[in-house]
Amino acid sequence: MTMATRSWLVLAAIAFVIFAAAAPAVAQQANSVDPNAAAVKEQQLLQQFHRIQGLGSIPDTKSYVIEQPMGRVWRLLHEVYLHWFGTILILGLIALLLAFYFIRGVIRIEGGRSGRTILRFTSVERFTHWMCAVSFVILGLTGLNITFGKDLLLPLIGPDAFSRWSIMAKYAHDYSSFPFLIGVLVLFLLWVRGNFFTAVDIEWFKEGGGMIGHKHPPAGKFNGGQKALFWLIVLGTVGVTSSGLFLLFPFYFTNILGMQIAQVIHALIAICFIALIIAHIYIGTLGMEGGFDAMSDGEVDLNWAKQHHPLWVEQELGQARTTAPAAGAKATTPA
Amino acid sequence: MARMKFLCDADRCIECNACVTACKNENEVPWGINRRRVVTLNDGKPGERSVSMACMHCTDAPCAAVCPVNCFYTTADAVVLHSKDLCIGCGYCFYACPFGAPQYPRVGNFGSRGKMDKCTFCTGGPEADNSSIQYEKYGADRLSQGKLPMCAEMCSTKSLLAGDSDIIAQIYKDRVAKRGYGSGAWGWQTAYQETIES
Repeated sequence: MTMATRSWLVLAAIAFVIFAAAAPAVAQQANSVDPNAAAVKEQQLLQQFHRIQGLGSIPDTKSYVIEQPMGRVWRLLHEVYLHWFGTILILGLIALLLAFYFIRGVIRIEGGRSGRTILRFTSVERFTHWMCAVSFVILGLTGLNITFGKDLLLPLIGPDAFSRWSIMAKYAHDYSSFPFLIGVLVLFLLWVRGNFFTAVDIEWFKEGGGMIGHKHPPAGKFNGGQKALFWLIVLGTVGVTSSGLFLLFPFYFTNILGMQIAQVIHALIAICFIALIIAHIYIGTLGMEGGFDAMSDGEVDLNWAKQHHPLWVEQELGQARTTAPAAGAKATTPA
Repeated sequence: MARMKFLCDADRCIECNACVTACKNENEVPWGINRRRVVTLNDGKPGERSVSMACMHCTDAPCAAVCPVNCFYTTADAVVLHSKDLCIGCGYCFYACPFGAPQYPRVGNFGSRGKMDKCTFCTGGPEADNSSIQYEKYGADRLSQGKLPMCAEMCSTKSLLAGDSDIIAQIYKDRVAKRGYGSGAWGWQTAYQETIES
């Protein structure tokens, strides 16, 4: 045996002793109780349930959820997608209306005003409409403030003033929801009978509502577009108020996931609603001559009525309920 | 500067709630508000674990991102704090927070939640360090005195660790290596996008 082989043997022997000593220790540990064997694992729980919930010892049951990474999804929806969606929809619509205004121009009363007027909306209808309008503008602006205020208004007025304004805006938002809801309910009852779609409306939509070109498709008291607006407002109101109820009474009816869903639905419908109402405001004021009269003093010019709602005028004149002020009287100029 | 974090070693937590009590006492937290709470998972079943949870002072904090008035800020020690003067109590931070940390002093109907309150890592708030107004609004400011959060300091089994990320992660790693098991650093993946390899 050489010196080298002898030293190798010694090393091998030492290694053997070490392994022999270690082996029983490993075996022993495998036999003992592993306190970790059944232990709950965070990643496993998250994959199974998407949130980790247990049992706590304080009355606040919300606190029993210790982890809900879904908050990140909500953050993404609220901070990224909602911002983009809202910006594109509202600015896009305003651009579209401006383009329409400059290309098509104001929709004039053909042949000018006749000087004779006809009652289109009663004082009750007008009051309710303006109650909805004022509360909607408050709701819309304060709602947009919650999403866009920190980007648009905060840099202008500073954090302290913006915070004070936002607290007021939040209360205004919560309380003006009630006159809005009541107003829409009253208008729904007043106008629902005239707003069922009929064969006349198919014709109206086929001709693009007379907005493109200069034709005047037939319409009763409400034309196809107004009926569509009516039902969209009814649907939108149901959407925002029902989701808003969850937000007004947080965690009364649902858990964290329900609150997140309610907020996303509320914001999405509200943005679409705002876009719809911007279009409605445009056609009711800038876009059409004589249209605003219907909601200011309720008396519209007969020529306007014949042009836009011929079937309704026929019906009303047939019942001989027109008001005919003296020729040349300008008592009913638009407000 | 340190990167302050909490780490709850669930294999050590005995659900004694001393951290909860210590927090409430140290910060004079109002009735109904729990900046920290202990939740038991799989209660009464094999493999039951308890986790003490509060604000984890996330990296790229979701609460700060969704706040409509930008009332949150992050200190040099990476502690996420907020200004109660700016908070409007909208509740959005609670929807975004992965850990349910934000608390509100009132029930919350009709948007009257009051000013949000949450764990400050015993760092107070934007008022002057250790001033009475700071204590009244935000609770204790131990960090500026060189002390760690009361909850972790009081933990009887040293399950709850608070301090610099690298140091507490190393303590936890050593524990796992020595005892041979560990149910993980709860919330670290969600809060900091990292886990402690054991």
